Amino acid sequence: MRRVRHSVFALAAMLVLASDAAQDTIRIGEFASLTGKEASFGQYSHNGTTLAIEEINAHGGVLGKKIELIYEDDQSKSGQAATVVRKLISRDNVVAILGEVASSRSLEAAPICQAEKVPMISPASTNPEVTEKGDYIFRACFTDAFQGKLLAEFATKTLKAKKVAVLKDVKSDYSVGLARNFISSFKTAGGEIISERDFSGGDKDFRAQLTTIRAANPEAVFVPAYYTDVGLIIRQARQLGIKVPMFGGDGWESANLAQIAGSGIEGAYFSTHFSPEAARHEVREFVKNFKAKYGFPPDAMAALGYDSALILADAIKRAGSTDRQKLRDAIATTKDFTAVTGIITLDPSRNASKSAVILQIKDGKFTYLETIHP
Amino acid sequence: MSEFLQQLINGLSLGAIFALIALGYTMVYGVLRFINFAHGDVFMIGAFIGFYVVPKLPASLQRPGFGEFATVMLVAMILCAALGMLIERLAYRPLRDRPKLIVLITAIGVSLFLEYSGQLIFGANPKYFPELIADQPIAELGTLSLTINQALVLSSTLLLLVALRFIVMNTKIGTAMRAVSNNPQAAALMGIHVSRVISFTFGIGSALAGAGGVLYAMNYPSIEPLMGIMPGLKAFVAAVLGGIGNLPGAALGGFVLGITETFVGASSASNYRDAIAFAILIAILLFKPSGILGKTEVEKV
Repeated sequence: MRRVRHSVFALAAMLVLASDAAQDTIRIGEFASLTGKEASFGQYSHNGTTLAIEEINAHGGVLGKKIELIYEDDQSKSGQAATVVRKLISRDNVVAILGEVASSRSLEAAPICQAEKVPMISPASTNPEVTEKGDYIFRACFTDAFQGKLLAEFATKTLKAKKVAVLKDVKSDYSVGLARNFISSFKTAGGEIISERDFSGGDKDFRAQLTTIRAANPEAVFVPAYYTDVGLIIRQARQLGIKVPMFGGDGWESANLAQIAGSGIEGAYFSTHFSPEAARHEVREFVKNFKAKYGFPPDAMAALGYDSALILADAIKRAGSTDRQKLRDAIATTKDFTAVTGIITLDPSRNASKSAVILQIKDGKFTYLETIHP
Repeated sequence: MSEFLQQLINGLSLGAIFALIALGYTMVYGVLRFINFAHGDVFMIGAFIGFYVVPKLPASLQRPGFGEFATVMLVAMILCAALGMLIERLAYRPLRDRPKLIVLITAIGVSLFLEYSGQLIFGANPKYFPELIADQPIAELGTLSLTINQALVLSSTLLLLVALRFIVMNTKIGTAMRAVSNNPQAAALMGIHVSRVISFTFGIGSALAGAGGVLYAMNYPSIEPLMGIMPGLKAFVAAVLGGIGNLPGAALGGFVLGITETFVGASSASNYRDAIAFAILIAILLFKPSGILGKTEVEKV
């Protein structure tokens, strides 16, 4: 009995110490898809964010305090994002939230952060609606209004395609939004959508849709979806004898893509936020430090995860406090901030206006093709 | 026309997988009058056994080819059979004399247990399933394409269907299975070891699920611990559609479902693809609950 009482005392003492320690740090919350279907997104962005915070802390932190990152896994599941964000706000009392990559899950968290007046910065959700949820919601990347337009331009100018088929994931806000933006820009540019088919994220068999697309005889196939689905789609498309170029958006960005797709992925294109091959000083530093810490090269999600943490830390510094209202105002006035994915200025609708890159898959590797400015 | 034929091939190869899983559902139902909802998860375990066995194979077998395929299939089937028998022994046998509803709920529990233990042990990230047989189109008639894997799925399903039918109709254990299905008490009085027969049934059903898992993973080489849920549900629909408890019915149901899904997926209503499978289930339950090939049974009250 005495032993039990002792350990209770010890536990209580530890709790007191822990809460004391908590006051010396600034708590930031992060939610990411560390497991599940889009695990690669969450793991890379989380690695990027962690690296940024370690570097900031190594340089003395902000406002004389260290930053403490409290992160939660939403398992790539809808519903789970809302739960973990509520937990981060109510139980961990974080000053701001970073996350997510997938737009559907950012759209789930945004209304909660807005209602609780907690600033939220999404590293890589490109669906325009995310930041429309309110004035506390920001993003470190471009939106699909821009991405759709640049992909339409790429299809007409670089691929010289007039007839394009689209295969989209009806379960993903990202996919539906990007498809809509692409289609309207592509039609304006004089192109024609000759076949548009849907699937539901997590499906494994796409042969039915692809056979219809093949019969329509397109000059290129646009697949705005996430890498696990894209991999199987490309594999099956090539087996069915679809030989035309296939292209997509930043949802393709994952080292797992080429593995799932097999050799059929060769020559395919996608647009994204960043190429590790870029020659800028910040990029080279970031790639070097990331490789040194994790042993593998970063991708765009890692770079955006890194940048979102930098933007937040910079805003805390400028706000001079962790008051959420002041912090929000400081984030909103982020201007000409030099980051890895470019020079970031947040516009009045709280989106970053930045250039995009087109990558092509050659020998299973993502190779830089061109940069497109807004 | 060639598009129609291609869709038919697509539908048949998708349906063959549903059929293979549905055979396992129907076997267990035929003998025990109970739906083993953990069946789809045994299917998932089958795929993961394949995934982990490949790197452990002797070097001579570690090349894509028929030898590797056959070995992986065999190992997955044996281990899944053992798993199925173990599940029956630990989870279902203690409840054999309880109301069927209790066993059904236990089955859902076993299913969740397998799914989330899978996430814990295998990790929740999708894994890439290695290529067991170089997956190239074998026949290219004009624009028609049939890959080796699709052909393998089709032939394996038909082969296993014939083998099962032979076991059930022409062997001693098959006769015992039918006897237990007919009347367990009377079968026991005739000297049939009922527990052994039930255990055997679970073994066979789970071996089929294991084979299905490997074939599925070869066709769609991205595997994760929750991959069994949807095919499991679809196969259940297929089994009910064909007439649950009826072996050729399960295969027929699988093919009908696969072809229907494919043609819906090809049409402009492609986003209703999954809804169709379950709409079929509701329609069957409303208008012909015994299924296409099932016989109407009079239930004694």
